Amino acid sequence: MKKYYYLITLLFFVCITSFGQKYKTEESYIKFYSSAPMEDIEAVNESSTSIIDMDSKNIVIVIPITSFEFPKELMQEHFNENYLESDKYPKATFKGKLTNWDGQEGKSSATAEGTLELHGVSKEIKIDGEIDKKGDALNMSAVFIIKLEDYKIKIPKAVFYKIAEEVEVTAKFDYKPYAKN
Amino acid sequence: MRRISILLLLFGFNSFAQDELLELLESEGTADKGYAIATFKSTRVINGHSIETRSNGSLEFIISHRFGTLNSGYKEFWGLDFANMRMGLEYGLTDNLNIGIGRSSFDKVVDGFIKYRLLRQSNNSPVTMTAFASIARKTAEIEGLSGLDRNAYTAQLLIAKKFNSNFSLQITPTVIQRNLVLTEDDENLLLAIGLGARYKLSNRVAIVTEYYPQLSGKAEQFKDSFAVGVDIETGGHVFQLHFTNAVQMNERGFIGETTEDFWDGDIHYGFNITRVFDLRPNKK
Repeated sequence: MKKYYYLITLLFFVCITSFGQKYKTEESYIKFYSSAPMEDIEAVNESSTSIIDMDSKNIVIVIPITSFEFPKELMQEHFNENYLESDKYPKATFKGKLTNWDGQEGKSSATAEGTLELHGVSKEIKIDGEIDKKGDALNMSAVFIIKLEDYKIKIPKAVFYKIAEEVEVTAKFDYKPYAKN
Repeated sequence: MRRISILLLLFGFNSFAQDELLELLESEGTADKGYAIATFKSTRVINGHSIETRSNGSLEFIISHRFGTLNSGYKEFWGLDFANMRMGLEYGLTDNLNIGIGRSSFDKVVDGFIKYRLLRQSNNSPVTMTAFASIARKTAEIEGLSGLDRNAYTAQLLIAKKFNSNFSLQITPTVIQRNLVLTEDDENLLLAIGLGARYKLSNRVAIVTEYYPQLSGKAEQFKDSFAVGVDIETGGHVFQLHFTNAVQMNERGFIGETTEDFWDGDIHYGFNITRVFDLRPNKK
């Protein structure tokens, strides 16, 4: 019985410490890049937020679509109005789990597996990236490809700014421990 | 053993499920301002200005035509033989502040304007509000017209709301000071209120309509300007094709000096075509 008490006390402490072990974004950077015959298109979003629960390794990311900034105003308008229909679908969300990562210090590769909801379409995806944990700071980065047709984003045949069928997404998130109120 | 399993359960309970995390994240709010985009597709509703401004460094070239009336018949090729045009250049000094110049063939009017977006529809504001001021000068040789008599000044407050992704509405209180009026029945100061609406049929096509009733006493010969048309967007270009009883394309002209009656068939076919050039494409 005594043996169990040790175990229980230990588990209790584990519980206490694990409670509130969440990391929230301090800064975020998402860039998409599309190479097209006419001109390359690039847009940056620095308004995304994300949170990771260190116990379950669950991760969620919310990306406000209208916050993608394009070098050209009209591209941004077309992106929102015609391609992503951001009035109808103002946010993209990723809900998933960090697999093959145990939360250790230092740099290590990691995979996020889960559902990306974009343009009203939910799809299972797997993103390979890297996580760098240094004490309190957690940096995550990944580069991956999204196929527009997977998310029912239609590209008309005759448009001025031609967009490629696939876009390359670069994501960087800097996390800090999240203090629960 | 049972206690351990209970504790393990609790342990499990402490870690957050994905949906809970999402709720937590959304309860915090985002940095997203929720700005309304493309309330109108162009800087014009049809004849009059829309709340839209061009962004910093964008130069817009706008060319507008109004042909003759459709009821002029076969001999006039249903109005296409007659054309009145305006060419203009508009520039975004900042995202909110635009300036522009234009010249119309009708009465050889030269106009210049300044436009400033005061308020932008977002999570914090229900409407977009833009102030507009212009000066229009008739430079044609017209008997009895000289000096400052040639000028008219317009001030407008453009207030628009995008109700949903398809429907936008604009209300435009307007004051026009005309230094010399065409008839004795007219007052120098003209009050009018513009009403404009846009309804999107598809991602690239929208119906627009515009009506500018005059509020102050006007001479019998003048009519309120009315217009209806379609906006077709091709990426980079916006084509606005429309039917209107107004033949002029500056505020003094179409609001105050429209003489034809839309409902009598005095309808001009017309279009505005805009092309935007980004003079500072690499701005950050």
